[in-house]
Amino acid sequence: MSDASEMRAVLEAADVARALSRIAHEIDERTKGADDIVLLGVPTRGVALARRIGARLAEIQGHPIPVGSLDITMYRDDLRLKKARALLHTEIPTGGIDGRLVVLVDDVLFSGRTVRAALDALGDIGRPRMVQLAVLVDRGHRELPIRADYVGKNLPTSLRETVRVQLAEHDAEDAVLVGAVTA
Amino acid sequence: MRHLLSTADLTRDDALLILDTAAELARISDRPMKKLPTLRGRTVVNLFFEDSTRTRISFEAAAKRLSADVINFSAKGSSVSKGESLKDTALTLQAMGADAVVIRHGASGAPHRLANAGWIESTVINAGDGTHEHPTQALLDAFTLRRHLRDGEGDLTGVRVTIVGDVLHSRVARSNVLLLHTLGADVTLCAPPTLLPVGVDTWPCTVSYDLDAAIADADAVMMLRVQLERMNAAYFPSAAEYSRRYGLDAQRMATLAPHTIVMHPGPMNRGMEIAADVADSERSVIVEQVSNGVSVRMAVMYLLLGGAESGIGGIA
Repeated sequence: MSDASEMRAVLEAADVARALSRIAHEIDERTKGADDIVLLGVPTRGVALARRIGARLAEIQGHPIPVGSLDITMYRDDLRLKKARALLHTEIPTGGIDGRLVVLVDDVLFSGRTVRAALDALGDIGRPRMVQLAVLVDRGHRELPIRADYVGKNLPTSLRETVRVQLAEHDAEDAVLVGAVTA
Repeated sequence: MRHLLSTADLTRDDALLILDTAAELARISDRPMKKLPTLRGRTVVNLFFEDSTRTRISFEAAAKRLSADVINFSAKGSSVSKGESLKDTALTLQAMGADAVVIRHGASGAPHRLANAGWIESTVINAGDGTHEHPTQALLDAFTLRRHLRDGEGDLTGVRVTIVGDVLHSRVARSNVLLLHTLGADVTLCAPPTLLPVGVDTWPCTVSYDLDAAIADADAVMMLRVQLERMNAAYFPSAAEYSRRYGLDAQRMATLAPHTIVMHPGPMNRGMEIAADVADSERSVIVEQVSNGVSVRMAVMYLLLGGAESGIGGIA
């Protein structure tokens, strides 16, 4: 992966904040103020994004929004192509997901394979009444018939480029970076 | 590392990866849907040349929760009782396309032989060999210790564990001493001199003959089964005397610190090394050890078989 210094920022911290705030408003609008929303982030950065959107949505709706995390490692379709990986944390909020509106949250939507794995993982945990998808960046190049319901930024990229989302919870500061693939 | 033969092969990081993975997998046991698709289409053979209840069932449950196909093979009622060699049995398993062989054998070193003789290409997991090792038991013990004494995180630095009883015949004791030492715990072995193996002074632990002193400041006391079936000589004068000097009864349990837990790998000789009221007391985590065993074995099988190469160790 490219060095962060060689990548150019397409979203700065303030842009990220505005995009997440807009997504929270869109979720409220599109779901007609549904009071059974559960946000599930895909680790690692999807979880931080889900927490932020959840906090904003809680302000808008005036009640706390359950936020959790959903590790998809065991459901990946490339599991057997790579070295066995450590599992990440799955935390389903108390109250579960049965009959509720689940919004999956991830940082970058690319091939769509992560989302497919997340849908499989969700099916083993319960039966939501509806599942939607929110992503900070949609960079295109889908390999499966999957689309996002809420998008922070549509970012046309070439396959030769890498997209990196940095969040203050894990990195120096909020930013979305694009750079050339190095080797 | 493609096989799990001995806890001596595990670095601190390897052991922590297994324990952390097991902790995530343990949460799946609380869900109504207890299955993961991860090992779909893989075949795990349980090759048991010795009797076992909990270990075989535990491996079987672990493999099934990961969606692997499980073939159980016990020596009784198989061609082994007609005199088939380990090699020929192994070649049969290879021909059937086993991806992993979980082996329990009465001879120390049998899993190592199976893994390295070139008979099979499968991953080999040692489920207890003779008086040598039982690595997944040590891992589940470490998992249980960590959960009760370290809030389920990090290693076991500074945890004092006293292992009591028939160390001589115990593969559990050897695997535990090696693993717990790797994880930073201070291990004390306590047994009559006749039940300690030659060379125990080279193990990374302290040795005591006095149970009351050895358990006084322990955070965990692990009682070992007196393995009467492996004893062909007199190791102690009488069962009553053994029980009096090296058994854990209610009176001794009362001298333990309030947080100290009592463990036993099972099967127990109630009234021999452990009194029934101790085994059933609130300090006892013996039943929990069994359920933790499934999570730990799932973690081991996932890390060894789940990817293109093993997640344990630097080199595949």
